[in-house]
Amino acid sequence: MHELSITQGIVESVCEAVPEGKVLAVTVEIGKLSGVVPDSVRFCFDLCAQGTRLEGARLDVIDVPGQGRCGSCQRELDMPELVTTCPCGNPFLEILRGRELRIRSVEVM
Amino acid sequence: MCATCGCSGTLAVESVALLTQGHDHEHGHDHAHDHDHGHEHQHDHGHEHGHSHSHDAPGPDSTAARTVQLEQEILGKNRLLAERNRGWLQGREIFAVNLMSSPGSGKTTLLERTVRDLGKETVVSVIEGDQETRLDAERIRATGARVVQINTGTGCHLDAQMLGRALQELSPAIGSLLFVENVGNLVCPALFDLGEGARVVIASTTEGEDKPLKYPHMFRAAELILLNKVDLLPHLHFDVDRFTAHVRLVNPSAKVLQVSATGGDGLPEWYRWLAARGASARPHPEPSRPEGVLT
Repeated sequence: MHELSITQGIVESVCEAVPEGKVLAVTVEIGKLSGVVPDSVRFCFDLCAQGTRLEGARLDVIDVPGQGRCGSCQRELDMPELVTTCPCGNPFLEILRGRELRIRSVEVM
Repeated sequence: MCATCGCSGTLAVESVALLTQGHDHEHGHDHAHDHDHGHEHQHDHGHEHGHSHSHDAPGPDSTAARTVQLEQEILGKNRLLAERNRGWLQGREIFAVNLMSSPGSGKTTLLERTVRDLGKETVVSVIEGDQETRLDAERIRATGARVVQINTGTGCHLDAQMLGRALQELSPAIGSLLFVENVGNLVCPALFDLGEGARVVIASTTEGEDKPLKYPHMFRAAELILLNKVDLLPHLHFDVDRFTAHVRLVNPSAKVLQVSATGGDGLPEWYRWLAARGASARPHPEPSRPEGVLT
C-alpha cells in the first residue's frame, strides 16, 4: 500500500508549500502507468489530512493516460497498461506519458 | 513554462513564496498592482517589480479562495534525498545494490551466502529492511558483516530518507560493497529510488512464472533478475524459459541469472556481475588512501 506514503507525501508537500490558510482542494495528476492507484490515494487522503490544514479538503485527481513509442516502427500509441505490445509485434515500448505523479494546484482560503 | 498562463516563469519552489497571490514568479512585464481595487486599468508608468500576479482577481477580500499553482512532483522529496544518497555513495566509491523480492524468495539466504563468499576479499556491509524484528540482521551479523536493521513498522518499502539515516549509522567503508535488502514486497519498493547503484530483483522457482507480468513495475526497474532456488526445479512445474520470456516482455535489457543460494548454482556468475558492476562505481580501484580517511 505505497499509496499511503504517496498520500502522506502529498499532504506534507502541500503543508510545506502553502504555509498558511485553509486548504479547500488539492488537484493532483496521476498517470495510468505510475504504479499508483487513484482510488487508493482518495481512500488515504481523508485519513492523512486529519489534523492538518488539509482536513476536509477535496481531492481532485486528473487521470493521465499512458502513451508510448515503439522503438522498432517508431509508431506512437496508447498504453493502457505497462505491458503493451505494438501492432508490429514489439512488446516493449518507451513510455512517453503516464508516469506523472504531480501536485498541480491547491485551492486555499 | 507556467501551466496556468503560459508565461515563462519558473514554478515549483518559488511559486509558493508569496501566498497572498494566485501564483507567483518573477516577471519582466507589468501587472495591475493597485490593490485598492481589483479591476484592470491602464498605467503608463512601467517600473520593475518582482511580486506575483494572480489569476483569480485578488481584491480587498482576503477570505476569498485562491488557487496556488504548485506543479510539484509528489515523489520529488524522495528523489532529492535519493540523489543525496547517490552522491554520498559515489563520493566514497561504495557500490550499493538494492535487493527486492517478494517474501520467501530466499533473499536473506542468498545474502548470507554472498556475504560469506565475498567477505573474504571484499568489505561487505548490509542494510536490512523489514517491517518488524531484527531476525534478518542477526542472520547477517553471524556472517561477520556489519549490518543495520531498519524496521519500517507499517511501511511496506524503504525510502531514501530511511536509507540516508541507515548510511549515517552504518558508515560503510570507502570502496566497499553495500547490500540493501528491501522489504519483501514486489509492488511498493519499485516506486522509491533510494540512491542505489543498481537494482536487483530476486524471484524464485517456487513462485509463479508469471510474476514479471503481474508485477511489471518491479521487473521493469531492475537491471538484474536472479532466479533463485533452481536446485528445486526437478521437483517443480516451473518453466524457466517461460519465466525468462515474461521478463523479456517487461524488461528486454535485464539480465537473468539462475542461482541457488543453498546449492551454490550460478553464484560465481552473480559474483562476477557484482564485481563488474561494482568496478564502474569505483573508478579508483587502488586502495591508496589510508583507511577511513575521506578525500
